[in-house]
Amino acid sequence: MAINIKKKLVQWDPVDVKAELLNKYPPKVARKRAKQILINEALENETPEISANIRTIPGIISMRGCTYAGCKGVIMGPTRDIVNITHGPIGCSFYSWLTRRNQTDAGPDGENYMTYCFSTDMQDQDIIFGGEKKLTEAIQEAYDLFHPKSIAVFATCPVGLIGDDIHTVTRNMKEKFGDCNVYAFSCEGYKGVSQSAGHHIANNQVFKHIVGENDAVKPGKFKINLLGEYNIGGDGFEIDRIFEKCGITAISTFSGNSTYDQFASAHTADLNAVMCHRSINYVADMLETKYGIPWIKVNFTGADATAKSLRKIAEYFGDKKLIKTVEKVIAEEMPAVEAVRKDVRSRTEGKTAMIFVGGSRAHHYQELFKEMGMKTISAGYEFAHRDDYEGRHVLPTLKVDADSRNIEEIEVEADETRYNPRKSVEEMKALEDAGYKFKEYDGLIPEMAEGTLIIDDLNQYEAEKLVEMMKPDIFCAGIKEKFSVQKLGVPMKQLHSYDSGGPYAGFQGAINFYQEIDRLVNSKVWSYMKAPWQENPQLTASYCWE
Amino acid sequence: MLLRHTPKKITERKALMINPAKTCQPIGAMYASLGIHGCLPHSHGSQGCCSYHRSTLIRHYKEPVSASTSAFTEGASVFGGQANMMQSITNIFSVYEPEVIAVHTTCLSETIGDDLPQITKKAHTEGKIPKGKYVISASTPSYVGSHVTGFSNMVTSMAKVAEPTGKKNHKLNIIPGWVEPSDMEEIKRMVKLIGVESILFPDTSGILNGPLSGEYKMFPDGGTTMEQLRSAGDSKGTLALGEWCSADAARWLDKSCKVPCSVLDMPFGLKATDRFIDALRIIAGVNIPDEISSERGQLVDMISDMHQYLFQKKVALVGDPDQLIAMTEFLVTLDMQPIHIVTGTSGKKFEKRIREITKDMPYEVNVKAGGDMFLLHQWIQNEPVDLIMGNTYCKYIARDEDIPYVRWGFPILDRQGHQYFPTVGYKGGIRLLEKMLGVLMDRLDRDAKEQEFELVL
Repeated sequence: MAINIKKKLVQWDPVDVKAELLNKYPPKVARKRAKQILINEALENETPEISANIRTIPGIISMRGCTYAGCKGVIMGPTRDIVNITHGPIGCSFYSWLTRRNQTDAGPDGENYMTYCFSTDMQDQDIIFGGEKKLTEAIQEAYDLFHPKSIAVFATCPVGLIGDDIHTVTRNMKEKFGDCNVYAFSCEGYKGVSQSAGHHIANNQVFKHIVGENDAVKPGKFKINLLGEYNIGGDGFEIDRIFEKCGITAISTFSGNSTYDQFASAHTADLNAVMCHRSINYVADMLETKYGIPWIKVNFTGADATAKSLRKIAEYFGDKKLIKTVEKVIAEEMPAVEAVRKDVRSRTEGKTAMIFVGGSRAHHYQELFKEMGMKTISAGYEFAHRDDYEGRHVLPTLKVDADSRNIEEIEVEADETRYNPRKSVEEMKALEDAGYKFKEYDGLIPEMAEGTLIIDDLNQYEAEKLVEMMKPDIFCAGIKEKFSVQKLGVPMKQLHSYDSGGPYAGFQGAINFYQEIDRLVNSKVWSYMKAPWQENPQLTASYCWE
Repeated sequence: MLLRHTPKKITERKALMINPAKTCQPIGAMYASLGIHGCLPHSHGSQGCCSYHRSTLIRHYKEPVSASTSAFTEGASVFGGQANMMQSITNIFSVYEPEVIAVHTTCLSETIGDDLPQITKKAHTEGKIPKGKYVISASTPSYVGSHVTGFSNMVTSMAKVAEPTGKKNHKLNIIPGWVEPSDMEEIKRMVKLIGVESILFPDTSGILNGPLSGEYKMFPDGGTTMEQLRSAGDSKGTLALGEWCSADAARWLDKSCKVPCSVLDMPFGLKATDRFIDALRIIAGVNIPDEISSERGQLVDMISDMHQYLFQKKVALVGDPDQLIAMTEFLVTLDMQPIHIVTGTSGKKFEKRIREITKDMPYEVNVKAGGDMFLLHQWIQNEPVDLIMGNTYCKYIARDEDIPYVRWGFPILDRQGHQYFPTVGYKGGIRLLEKMLGVLMDRLDRDAKEQEFELVL
């Protein structure tokens, strides 16, 4: 097939683009945004600094959601056998009901509450007199109806304001039931500055209340936890397929297609593989401190990245047979990937993308675009922290501001009986000396080319301006940005929920993504914007058939 | 089975709502605000509310929905949201330049007691609202009523824009209630055809069903203008469609601006449309054009042609009070049997109306205001139906119970058409019939034995 590289006619200078983005803002807003918009410069051994994880500006149309969304929606939403009760007025539970495309397989036990929405539907009298009684009753009713193994309670904004003690309520119910673990999340929407605070709160409570509850040793030789994978569009299923082929056992996934027991057994795994660093690194750290399980950063977005991550896992275990199996699996899977890649690349080479999403996907998806010969000219996170941009080495220098201070940091110590370093100090050192990296994440900035624009918490106005000025071939963000971008005649791919597609992880996922992006950037629809009479409006005569 | 844990046995629940048939006030206020020309809806609360409401509306319409938020942090939640609101007003008018900001509250700002009229007044005094621009507001606590209440509250705030001059404008205010942009367009078409000059508010047509042309207009051409809203106090009268959605605004105009009002049912189906058209005729003193009568005749014709497929079919319905009242009446008109009816919005009046409409049916209808879809599913398990009508969440019940299902109501997240094809009026009635017959006949075709499989239905 002939290579058809569409020449980009658009010329832009990042300095001009940045100036134009800031031009219309009131001075206070412009000052703040200037620090969140970074022109990437390749500095010697130094990553430029960006301002992130700071307050959303009131009145500026942000992409962000809230702490409740991060906790109940993102982290706890995909767990199928926990009854998740939202304590609050009806809205929050309604909006987080089946809207994230987390796929689940109810499995042999058949327990699946993900299709249900549970709420205490607080009314004005509950706000005035307190909602603890109603919450207690709601938990009892859920228990009587379903007898689940676990019930989780999520606080919404008014709960914190009126001071309902949800933790005491759940503790009492847990004691009363005896056979059902009940716990609560203080994830009121106003906490923190984005859904990121909700991830942290979810991590803490899962670690406090569930992890370590089941000591039974699961079968499997190479046992890992896959952290920060949410099975959107079946991503987790594809990764599970690959693991199974390689002989790697996933004890738990946090939290795509997960069960209560997976969390409860997570401490029995021997390695934590972290996909989404932002949302789950807290659990990874705590599992290491308390149980001695090391963690590594992996990425199953992109075929090459998947191969690299599998090798990294195999190298950790250092088992010759595993290393051989992994190589065999990669060799089996890659030809199909490469065939599609080659075909698609003939139509995508040289095209440009923008990615503004999440806390890791704006980084991970650049891999897939790279594999297709596409360049990411601008990217940024919606709710990430500076370490996700600049790398974990900045962690010690990060100042805890007023908004983060209120998010609990739980103190974790080595478990008296169950702490068991999976690798000895010498073994760890040997791996590290050979270039192996534990607890390491370099962030998004070093991966992006010089002169690209890195923008934190991009808003609607800036998105529109960027698209108009830089004219990318595709723009990736979430549902809220989907149609305003497409109205400009530029295809838009949702990378939170994948629109209707997926999986995009692993080898099959890479193939799906290549084909999806090919479909989007080469769709004929983008040529239909103007009617014939709009393109050639001049009239030559009236009623002329000649 | 997707809802495998729903037991057939119905037990009373006092505290736990499962699979709600409602959502919270602010989203209704946001939808209503989008029906004002040049308006940016603003959510005074935590940023998550705004994000959730926008996402739901966008998924329902597949259109951009712009709205801003006061983005409360913990500090604002403790000290009050006035500073965030003032900052929002400045930023919105500088960056987005809307003609009007329509602010609604949330459970957060209501719980801490923020006083929006006072904050708006302060913004005026401090010159933060540019000349000729407006900030209107509605109190929409999420812990009272439902999304329908929030819609109604914002529509009432729109009515309060009215500035009576004392000189009548010979127009009729029409408050359509929470219907689709296509429905608002259809109401305007009918009213114009009849020859009545009207002010329709809110009016989301042209806003949430816009074209793709390579140009993005944050404020599309549609919507009720502020000028129209100002003159609504000079109108001859108001027709409010729907007691729950529209009556409060109409009564406010009646009380405060002496604009008399009638509250009618939403014009879904034959009889409710008849009453709407006849009310227009009587109020305006005009003759109904043949075109409208002909449309009515077409609907009646289709009912008679297809009656055998509808007769005594049992239907389960879930949705909002105004829509359900009209739809229940339509189904009774068709000799169908609505047997289970649930709305998430509370109100004894609703149950009373439904019982009145179904009083001649040979059974007692199951009706619940303030119910949920878990209960509806249990009712269906206990007494199966031939058809389910409701929003997208019904698809889980329809699949588990293998029952034909028509998507109708809010939100519809998995099908298209509601933006473009109305279900109000006679033409809308024909579309509703087409949709119901489509699923019923698909089922006939699917289940017919080979020897009984029919070409002509």
